[in-house]
Amino acid sequence: MSNSATREVARRVFAREFNDATYTFKESDDELAPRYALLPTGKRANRVFFVGTLTETEDVGQDSEYWQGRIVDPDGGTFFTYAGQYQPDAASMLRELEAPEYVAVVGKPRTFEADDGEVNVSVRPESITVVDESTRNYWVVETAERTLDRVEQFENGGEYAQLAREEYDLPVENYRRVAVEALESLDTEQAESTAP
Amino acid sequence: MTETDLHTEAVEIHDQFADQLDVTVDEVSERLDTLVNEYKVPLSEARRSVTNTYLDEAGMDRDDVAGGDQHVSITDIDTPEQWVDVTAKVVELRNPDSDAIAQAGTLGDETGTIAFVSWSKSELPRVEEDAVYRLGNVVTDEYEGQFSVKLNSTTTIEQVDRELEVSNDDAEITGALVDIQSGSGLIKRCPEEDCTRVLQNGRCAEHGEGDGEFDLRIKGVIDDGTTVQDVIFDREMTESLTGISLEKAQEMAMDALDTSVVAEEMNERLLGQYYHVTGPNFNRYVLADEVTEPEQPDHEAMLIKARSI
Repeated sequence: MSNSATREVARRVFAREFNDATYTFKESDDELAPRYALLPTGKRANRVFFVGTLTETEDVGQDSEYWQGRIVDPDGGTFFTYAGQYQPDAASMLRELEAPEYVAVVGKPRTFEADDGEVNVSVRPESITVVDESTRNYWVVETAERTLDRVEQFENGGEYAQLAREEYDLPVENYRRVAVEALESLDTEQAESTAP
Repeated sequence: MTETDLHTEAVEIHDQFADQLDVTVDEVSERLDTLVNEYKVPLSEARRSVTNTYLDEAGMDRDDVAGGDQHVSITDIDTPEQWVDVTAKVVELRNPDSDAIAQAGTLGDETGTIAFVSWSKSELPRVEEDAVYRLGNVVTDEYEGQFSVKLNSTTTIEQVDRELEVSNDDAEITGALVDIQSGSGLIKRCPEEDCTRVLQNGRCAEHGEGDGEFDLRIKGVIDDGTTVQDVIFDREMTESLTGISLEKAQEMAMDALDTSVVAEEMNERLLGQYYHVTGPNFNRYVLADEVTEPEQPDHEAMLIKARSI
């Protein structure tokens, strides 16, 4: 698979790991240089792709519309997405959609430091689309696989694994467990749906 | 692979070393046979391996051997302006777009395919589709990362009486469609003959202002979480994926007085879906020949792996 010249890959990450990715950085001083969130499993993320259940939408804007969407993945973590006038397509999706609904989101990680010093991680969506359950299930297995790959490679180091060790005190074992729980939830769901 | 094929190859290899080594055709043939029939190595690779063995024994370099020394597999062609020999099947002939070209098309062997051109001024015998040839002394060339071979006046063309399984070097990718880029949806192409350029604001970069003919296409990005790949879906593929025909798309655009509604509708229907795409590489794109829904990955196997780490 040959890489598109400049496009950043969309990382697969469960919400619990994504929300722990509070440290962001740029690779150069250039104003237009891409900003990355540092995943605790040791990879940088400029873009993410996730599929989950939209559970709530709310216009949290004051002067103009600013839509918040809560999207929950199967191990219970929540992605927070925010779309305003500069993301008109995503904003209108959040305005029109009735929760609950399975949605697929492509977007960029953003961090915001609250008054109490807590750093919140959210997603600025490039697109939000409605998908079906099989797409959601596909994403869960794919994301578990990518997460486990990162967990396995973490020990061998690499630049960003090293950085994650310095910036976070978060054992990667946590994220292996998240993957296990997400996969187990598929088991339960499928057992329920085939029960008499 | 027949006995005769192996024997022909064995004689060729034997001839190269007859002066230097005390080796019989049968011995060469036996080595080839082991590699091809026992280890299932492609013949081109077997030839290479056996030739190398004898080069070592004779203390010779590849360059010392006359003739067949430059025989390469198509996939190994990665440098321009090399003089090489290939044994390949003519997979496809196409109409040459210039009088300077006698024949043009695609050659293939067990390892891949490559474009070829035969110049009119070289006055070479013509090759036929589906026939296998040993082409001596062709020159490699490169344009925008794509390699080709040029037949020339020194090239020897010898038809080989054997079947050749041509490798299908189509790209195969599975991932989520994460972006549909500008220039997708309902587009207009330049109506000039042999010009298929997409009009930008009603203008063709080559032929200027023009009415243009409507067409559908999608320039999409497939992403599997580790790599991204640009993919082009042509009209037929776009219609079958989106369920929007060209006629329907034109109606939608007329109703809205805007062609962009078509791309918006396509975004809504396709973004975030997983696809399995196969097709040839063209520059940085994969041209989608076949698009299917990928099989659901095995979550139980993944769970076993997740627990075992």
